[in-house]
Amino acid sequence: MTEENPKQYLYRQIIRAKLYIDANYARAIDLDNIADEACFSKFHFSRLFRSIYGKTPHQYLTSIRIERAKDQLESGSSVKEACFAVGFDSITSFTGLFKRRIGLTPAAFQRERNRRKDEIARIPLKHVPNCFAEKKGWTKNSNFREIETIDPRPSVAK
Amino acid sequence: MITKLNHVSIFVLDQESAYDFYVNKLDFRVHTDAEMGPGKRWLTVTPPEQPDLEISLMAISAGMMFDEVSAAAMRDLVAKGTFGFGVFECNDLLATYEELKTKGVEFTKPPTKEFYGFEALFKDDSGNWFSLGQKKNE
Repeated sequence: MTEENPKQYLYRQIIRAKLYIDANYARAIDLDNIADEACFSKFHFSRLFRSIYGKTPHQYLTSIRIERAKDQLESGSSVKEACFAVGFDSITSFTGLFKRRIGLTPAAFQRERNRRKDEIARIPLKHVPNCFAEKKGWTKNSNFREIETIDPRPSVAK
Repeated sequence: MITKLNHVSIFVLDQESAYDFYVNKLDFRVHTDAEMGPGKRWLTVTPPEQPDLEISLMAISAGMMFDEVSAAAMRDLVAKGTFGFGVFECNDLLATYEELKTKGVEFTKPPTKEFYGFEALFKDDSGNWFSLGQKKNE
C-alpha cells in the first residue's frame, strides 16, 4: 500500500534531509539550501519536517548537536572541544544553550556524568533493579562488595 | 496504586548487535551500560522522548536465569520471532517506516490501516517484533 502512496516522494526528501543532518551536524549546514535541494519552499519544508520529527529542521539540528556534545563530554572532551566538534562556533552561546536544554552547564554535566560513570564502575549493582540482579545471579558471590555500604539499595527505583 | 512502568526487559541474542540496532537505527539513548563481571553486562536504553522508561537488553545466557537447555531453547524462540514485546509510537508512521527501512530495519508488515488504527510491524536484530503506531491527534 505504501508503494503507491502519493506522499512517498515528499517523505523521502524530508527523510533525506534528516539523515543529511544526522551525518553532517558537525559542519556548517545551510538549512535553506537543503530545502532548495529538496525542491521545497522553506516554509513547506519546515512544516513537513516538523510534522514528522516534532521539530523544525533548525530545532532538530540544534538538538542533535546538543546530544552529540553530551557524548563528547562523556568521553572526556573539554567544553571547548565538544563545542567546536559538534558544529557550534561560540563557546558562550553553546554553554547558554546547553544549560537551557539540559539544566546544567556543560562542565557541570561532565562532572555529573563522570561521577555516575565512576559509581557504575565501582558499584554497578546500584544501577540494576534488585529483581533483575538476583535473577541473573549477580548478587551472589559478587565481587561488588561496595554494595554493602549502600543503605538501603532500592529494589527497583533508583 | 501502581503509577508507572520504569523498567522492562527484552531478551536479545547479542548485546553488542542490539546496542547498534537500538541506538544507531532506532535512535534510542543509552541509559546504563555497566559491566557486571566478566562477560556480563547490564545494558539499558530509552526511547528518545521517554527517558524514564529503561528497556533492558538482556543477554540470553546460561546461569541463574536459564539452564543450558532453556537458554538454547530461548535463543531459538527469539530468533524465530516468537516474541512481540510492545507497541512503539511515532509522529508520522509512513515517514518513520521509510526512514527505518532506509536504515535497514526489517518490517514484517508495512503501514496498514486497521480497524483499531494505523500500524506497521518490525523486527529487531534478534527477531523480537514490535508494533509501530502513529500518535493520535488529540
